[in-house]
Amino acid sequence: MTPDVAIAAAKVLFALFLALQVMGLGVFFERKVSALIQDRIGANRAAIFGFAGLGLVNTLVADPIKFLLKEDITPAEADRLLHFLAPCASLVPALATFAVVPFGDVLEVGGRVINLQGAELSVGLLFVLAMASLGVYGVVLGGWASNNRWSLLGGIRGSAQMISYEIAMGLALIGVVLTYNTLDLQEIARAQGRLVWGWLPAWGILYQPLAFIIFLVAGVAESKRIPFDLPESESELVSGYFTEYSGAKHLMFMMSDFVEVVLVAALVTTLFFGGWQVPYLGRDGFHFPGGATLGLPSLAVVVLQVTAFALKVIAFTWLQIVIRWTLPRFRYDQLMRLGWQGLLPLSLANVMISALVVLLVERGA
Amino acid sequence: MSALIFLLLAALVLAAALTVVVHPSPVYSACALVVTLFLLSVFFVALDAQLVAVLQVIVYAGAIVVLFLFVIMLLNLTQTEPRPTAGAPLVAVAVGGGVAVVALVATVLRRVAPPGTPVLPAGFGDTAALGRRLFTAYLLPFELTSVLLLVAIVGAVGLAKRRP
Repeated sequence: MTPDVAIAAAKVLFALFLALQVMGLGVFFERKVSALIQDRIGANRAAIFGFAGLGLVNTLVADPIKFLLKEDITPAEADRLLHFLAPCASLVPALATFAVVPFGDVLEVGGRVINLQGAELSVGLLFVLAMASLGVYGVVLGGWASNNRWSLLGGIRGSAQMISYEIAMGLALIGVVLTYNTLDLQEIARAQGRLVWGWLPAWGILYQPLAFIIFLVAGVAESKRIPFDLPESESELVSGYFTEYSGAKHLMFMMSDFVEVVLVAALVTTLFFGGWQVPYLGRDGFHFPGGATLGLPSLAVVVLQVTAFALKVIAFTWLQIVIRWTLPRFRYDQLMRLGWQGLLPLSLANVMISALVVLLVERGA
Repeated sequence: MSALIFLLLAALVLAAALTVVVHPSPVYSACALVVTLFLLSVFFVALDAQLVAVLQVIVYAGAIVVLFLFVIMLLNLTQTEPRPTAGAPLVAVAVGGGVAVVALVATVLRRVAPPGTPVLPAGFGDTAALGRRLFTAYLLPFELTSVLLLVAIVGAVGLAKRRP
């Protein structure tokens, strides 16, 4: 294996590792934050030698083992092949998206300059949308292949919902593209390292506040979570499109839900909150406003950047889980009205305003 | 792209495309169509056209075929369609399809550049180059396409609103 291939593989594996770690933390938040909000104690039963770790053992060790050891049932009337493929079709696109999310600037090792991004794709932002649009198939096929009315209803709701919100999501991203003039997520993250008025980091939310709100709402809807969990809505459809799933396949559907939550958090971080940027941290160390500097070696800078990225992603994962446990579920017509009559016109207006401002700024300059 | 990978991908694309046509279940046909479109986008990547590849997945695999599946499921087309196995329709389709394939291959072969032609210009297939062509050389067709889409939308709304 040549060094280049090894480096590329290591980068992709690290991005995947980061995503899955934050996902595990997300599951932990889900159990414990919900308990906190509902004034319960939450998961605390499982323990290793009396160590429960605030419920970490329960959510990160006991739950996965339980899922993997449960009987894997395929209903007699189900379409066996598609029933088997649907969970994979749900999880793989969500995980693949992390390939283009940058998690650091550059690492200089032994004369090599390594760009800390899994795949350096010039159309990274469109790749994100492409993978998001492929994620629908897991939901639709899972719903259909189970041969169950509730599952089918969940699958149909899921496909309509995800297509509707993808439009608003894509249009919100056009504002971001207009601002940064590139589709490469690493370039977008780098552009956010500049300072406004010499002290304010030029993060995306300064330029595109409306796009941030639209993207976050559409992102929560894409990950099919409360208040947008119509495809599974336990109170009416048992468990929606994955009613007929058990064991490891059910775990895969749950994992893809949480991976999508982390993905939305990672994209919000990269597009609107500076990605891996630490305020005032350049490639050679800190440059504070006012002239003070603090030199740092490349490795320390990278560690700080990756940590900052992970912390931001964890914060937005936590935010989405708080949203989930705070709001009630929409009715189906409310969901569609919000998507088509609320978010879509807003995102179109955002595109027009952004284009106008970019044009005026370019004329003025 | 090495010849081996090309042949492997080509075989997969052909198998998927054949499945679209011959599989009796409409849901499987739609799924095979997704696979076909996705593999086609791999060819686009190999041809340095990343933007076209990604657009292919977003528009066709990600949106249009989902709507196909949506309709198939909403109408609950679970029973398989009877297909003609012989007779005039099949012959007509076979002859027409054959002529179309021969014409297509002949046209493509005539336009293949002779060996030794210079490689692609810098920036070929990237978003900026494609956008510039689209809004200069091909502006009129581009705008006409949007009118075409508008006509389809107005037509769909008109049909849906009509009271019996």
